[in-house]
Amino acid sequence: MNRPKTWLILFVLLVWAASRFQDAINPYYFDILITIGINIILGVSLNLVNGYTGQFSLGHAGFMAVGAYLSAAITVFLTPRLDGGAMGATGLFVVALVAGGLGAALTGLAVGVPSLRLKGDYLAIVTLGFGEIIRVVFQNTEALGGSRGLSIPTRETGLFGTYLVAALTIYVVVLLVHSTYGRGFLTVRDDEIAAESMGINTTKYKVIAFVVAAFFAGIAGGLYAHFKQFIHPEGFGFLRSVDIVVIVILGGMGNTPGVILAAILLTILPEGLRTLGNWEALPTSLRALVQNRMILYSLLLIVLMLTRPQGLFSGGGRFTKWLKGRGA
Amino acid sequence: MKALLEIQDCTVQFGGLKAVAELNLAIRERELVGLIGPNGAGKTTVFNLITGVYQPTAGDIWFDGKSVVGRRPYQITARGIARTFQNIRLFASLSVFDNVRAACNLHLRNGVSHALWRGESFHREEQEVEAMAEELLAIFHLDHLRDAECTSLPYGDQRRLEIVRALATKPKLLLLDEPAAGMNPTEKQELMRLIRFTQEKFELAVLLVEHDMRVVMGICERIAVLDYGVKIAEGTPEEIRNNRRVIEAYLGE
Amino acid sequence: MIEFLQQLINGLSLGAIYALIALGYTMVYGVLKFINFAHGDVYMVGAFAGYYLAPWVWKVIPAGHDSSRFSWSTSAGAFVILLLSMAICAALGVLIERLVYRPLRARPRLTVLITAIGVSIFLENFGQYLFGADPKSFPEILPDRAIEGLGDLTVMVNQVVVFAVTLILLIALRYIVMNTKMGTAMRALSYNPAAASLMGINNNVIIAFTFGLGSALAAAAGILNAINYPSIDPLMGILPGIKAFVAAVLGGIGNLGGAVLGGLILGVLETLVVGYVSPMYRDAIAFAVLILILLFKPNGLLGRAEKEKV
Repeated sequence: MNRPKTWLILFVLLVWAASRFQDAINPYYFDILITIGINIILGVSLNLVNGYTGQFSLGHAGFMAVGAYLSAAITVFLTPRLDGGAMGATGLFVVALVAGGLGAALTGLAVGVPSLRLKGDYLAIVTLGFGEIIRVVFQNTEALGGSRGLSIPTRETGLFGTYLVAALTIYVVVLLVHSTYGRGFLTVRDDEIAAESMGINTTKYKVIAFVVAAFFAGIAGGLYAHFKQFIHPEGFGFLRSVDIVVIVILGGMGNTPGVILAAILLTILPEGLRTLGNWEALPTSLRALVQNRMILYSLLLIVLMLTRPQGLFSGGGRFTKWLKGRGA
Repeated sequence: MKALLEIQDCTVQFGGLKAVAELNLAIRERELVGLIGPNGAGKTTVFNLITGVYQPTAGDIWFDGKSVVGRRPYQITARGIARTFQNIRLFASLSVFDNVRAACNLHLRNGVSHALWRGESFHREEQEVEAMAEELLAIFHLDHLRDAECTSLPYGDQRRLEIVRALATKPKLLLLDEPAAGMNPTEKQELMRLIRFTQEKFELAVLLVEHDMRVVMGICERIAVLDYGVKIAEGTPEEIRNNRRVIEAYLGE
Repeated sequence: MIEFLQQLINGLSLGAIYALIALGYTMVYGVLKFINFAHGDVYMVGAFAGYYLAPWVWKVIPAGHDSSRFSWSTSAGAFVILLLSMAICAALGVLIERLVYRPLRARPRLTVLITAIGVSIFLENFGQYLFGADPKSFPEILPDRAIEGLGDLTVMVNQVVVFAVTLILLIALRYIVMNTKMGTAMRALSYNPAAASLMGINNNVIIAFTFGLGSALAAAAGILNAINYPSIDPLMGILPGIKAFVAAVLGGIGNLGGAVLGGLILGVLETLVVGYVSPMYRDAIAFAVLILILLFKPNGLLGRAEKEKV
């Protein structure tokens, strides 16, 4: 893509213009739009780690939690003290978000450096473990609400903020990967030993992917916190991480446009299921089945892996062949 | 002339098995050395040893005046050692061109921030990389395949691509692991010519592991013979051809 | 001192449960080189199988529900429930392997891992749909009382039964693995699948057998645990599953003795931490152990290193 910066600026302007009318949107649809945006950020950022770099992280929700809690803490505890300061509410919100992102990035560094020398299954388990530890830490931190959760007084998140971050996430991930430097990520995925032998510092790439992804997950967490206005450690557990992983897998690992589509699809799907579940013509016994999102998700996951591991939206590209062909 | 690569008394031990035992081997600049031996003699282990995939349990390895023991493979490549693999290890999801491009990362000056900002310096360096990769591919007659899936290439082309990729790291020593495997006699002739050409054009030292005696005897200036991890002979092709221990090792008692 | 002994006994009792589940993980990993994420949920299915089977079994073998007396028929009933449940879960394990894991055998390990996660989540949620999400009370299949005459030490009959059954199962397992053709084939497979199949071993059969065996042990663990802690629910397998996996890694994944050792250590550790430090960290202990082990001794206490061929 030529002149990516120009496109980014144009898109941002477009979103800004659209957001001027956000109050006119039905709250239900507004809700969905924001959630789509947040899921795009989460999916695209995780795709950098799982898809492009081939490192299976199962703890992405943990980084989201760090961002959510850190930004919430700033808004809840710090902002009131800066009352009347030069920054204004929006400025402080941006500060909170960025702080959340940076906090998550640091956590990503702390988790990544020791974990990234593990391969495949083990890395997945360790990242799961770290994600759970983060959750348990927040559960036991009374100052941040503990297991009762934390309330955030103001809803700062809007369409512009969410989609600006989404655009930035996509910009960063795509531009990073599609450069000579970025080809390094893919080599780590394809064959680590060969990559090292070609002078590529695989650990550095893994850590960079991890930290960048964690940063954006943290900001997503902050956006989420200032949108739902209530966060709870349970909401950032293993199942949340699985949600994000499903988005990446459905979209196609290493396929950013696919992941964006999958994020949209998987945000709308539960809503569709809920409506279907309320359909009178459906026998009650089936109703519970349809409304249990996770039953369908898990079946979807299994069927996908058996039939189209490259995701719904991938072409028959090289990566698909790699996924289908490589031996045990 | 002082040696470019010097393996001093190296042993690689896995549990009770000495895959390589007290190996001494030196390679001088621009020398073409062959490493042969029956299957399981430890030849690929030596490669893995030199490139840092395995650490020696005893002994030292010097390259260009500095020890490389304990260095990670990418650091050793940065010092100037590149290799190809016995079972081809191309980057399967990358195109032919990108396989070479990826190997150019070693000498890249620009990093993350440049890739994101995309200023003057970024575009200039990308063009340099593209030009260099194109040139390398052209020299080896692979440029017309630059956008192809590397795994769809014929076997011989894949092997050539691996060599091109290794050359993109600008090495001083090139390790070739059984490059003639699976080739017919015509292809092997072509390979011999290619290796000689590569060595001269890029002013490299080359260490070649190969089973095909005609290839080895045909191009190597010096040959070392391994058997059960021990170097049993070293010398010119003539000397090796007539060495009794070598003959016994290959044919049995 | 008594306090410590008490904790130790409780810990070992818990550890035995972990050991049984861990064996399943380690056997499957040894033979297929993959972590069966859904294994913990088989444990849950075992407990529920027992729950639904008990009334039927008691129709055939009338059990004295009298907690104060030991009776042969009660024990026989419990034994039958255990065996049937193990058989059902063995079948379940074989079915899952055949349907879901076998088609993926040549694929990258990541694909199978994701699939296993899918199976696990499916079992949990379908279980919620089928059994209802509320906890159920596991019927008393063994008398619930302490052994007399031990002074301040409380050892429940159930705990002794858990130890005894676990020991029996372990001995049986060791016999199978070391002294039977199937077991030898399993070990061969774990070292080199290609060679094993060239030696005339039908890999598919052995793998199915391994899954069946591991699932049966998990079912046993489910029932044994339910005897001590009678509240069962469809999500009960998540935490024990993860902890048992940690135990398997702690002992050295692929190593049967290691799985047992790891299970016991983890059980004792968890009980001691809860007793002497704080109950808040009960679940975090397992994760902490996992991370420490993987960072410092990834092959576990008894495991062997695996080198990738270059």
